[in-house]
Amino acid sequence: MELKTVIFYVFALIMLVAAVRVITARNPVHAVLFLVLAFFNAGGLWLTLDAEFLAIALVMVYVGAVMVLFLFVVMMLDIDAKRLRQGFWSHMPLAATLGVLMAGEMALVLSSEYFGSASFSGQTMPADYSNTKELGRLLFTDYVYPFELASIILLVAIIAAVMLTLRHRRDVKHLDPAKQIAVKHTDRLRVIQMPAEKEEAE
Amino acid sequence: MIALHHYLVLSALLFAIGVVGIFLNRKNLIVLMMAIELMLLAVNMNFVAFSHYLNDLAGQLFVFFILTVAAAEAGIGLAILVVLFRNLSTIDVDKLDSLKG
Repeated sequence: MELKTVIFYVFALIMLVAAVRVITARNPVHAVLFLVLAFFNAGGLWLTLDAEFLAIALVMVYVGAVMVLFLFVVMMLDIDAKRLRQGFWSHMPLAATLGVLMAGEMALVLSSEYFGSASFSGQTMPADYSNTKELGRLLFTDYVYPFELASIILLVAIIAAVMLTLRHRRDVKHLDPAKQIAVKHTDRLRVIQMPAEKEEAE
Repeated sequence: MIALHHYLVLSALLFAIGVVGIFLNRKNLIVLMMAIELMLLAVNMNFVAFSHYLNDLAGQLFVFFILTVAAAEAGIGLAILVVLFRNLSTIDVDKLDSLKG
């Protein structure tokens, strides 16, 4: 067997096992960690498909940012995992049937010879080919408008996330910076006029 | 030799696992979101595989945009989850019935 084939099967197997553990883990923290493992192996698979930039972006953005955010939230919330797992096994027969049917049907269609999978053969790129450079060239020429839209989506997400979780607590003392800036010197110090006192003669 | 349909079947399996996860963890909102992430990963895997075998970079750019939108979705979803937990002290989906008439 070719080395690339071995790598594919190892990564695919670890990814599928990790994905199954994500949905069956009792502890949500374990589920997040298995999801991280699944993303890592997906990144490895994308490397075998010559998508270096996306593989690294997946590991950095997804594992580094989104999964850490998940981990934060899971650890911050005090979740009663036992009560949330009620009805887990009673849904199992339906879910398993559905999953096996879906995957089986797709596998049947995709691996039949009528799909013509053999006619697609990815060409091997020359050694000086840079996936990142090509993606960047496309991104800032043909796809510059979607790129700008994506930045707006991220901005909306930032504002929405901040505004959703922002709360004003009454039980802590805090200063309002706007009021601090708007203060005038007359609010701080008031000079009063009063008649001078006479020195008493001794 | 690994052909296109190996990757497609792999991502079909991953997608099916995500769907099964949504069925099994009907109560736990945070595992539901993780199952959605798995399904998105399966879709992205399809895009990257087709992009490689059809020799067209547009697929990889699409994955780039999916990653952006998925990150935004996860951020807002988790923010809503935190607000929900603050108000209800639970993330049980069955308890989200305050709008029920």
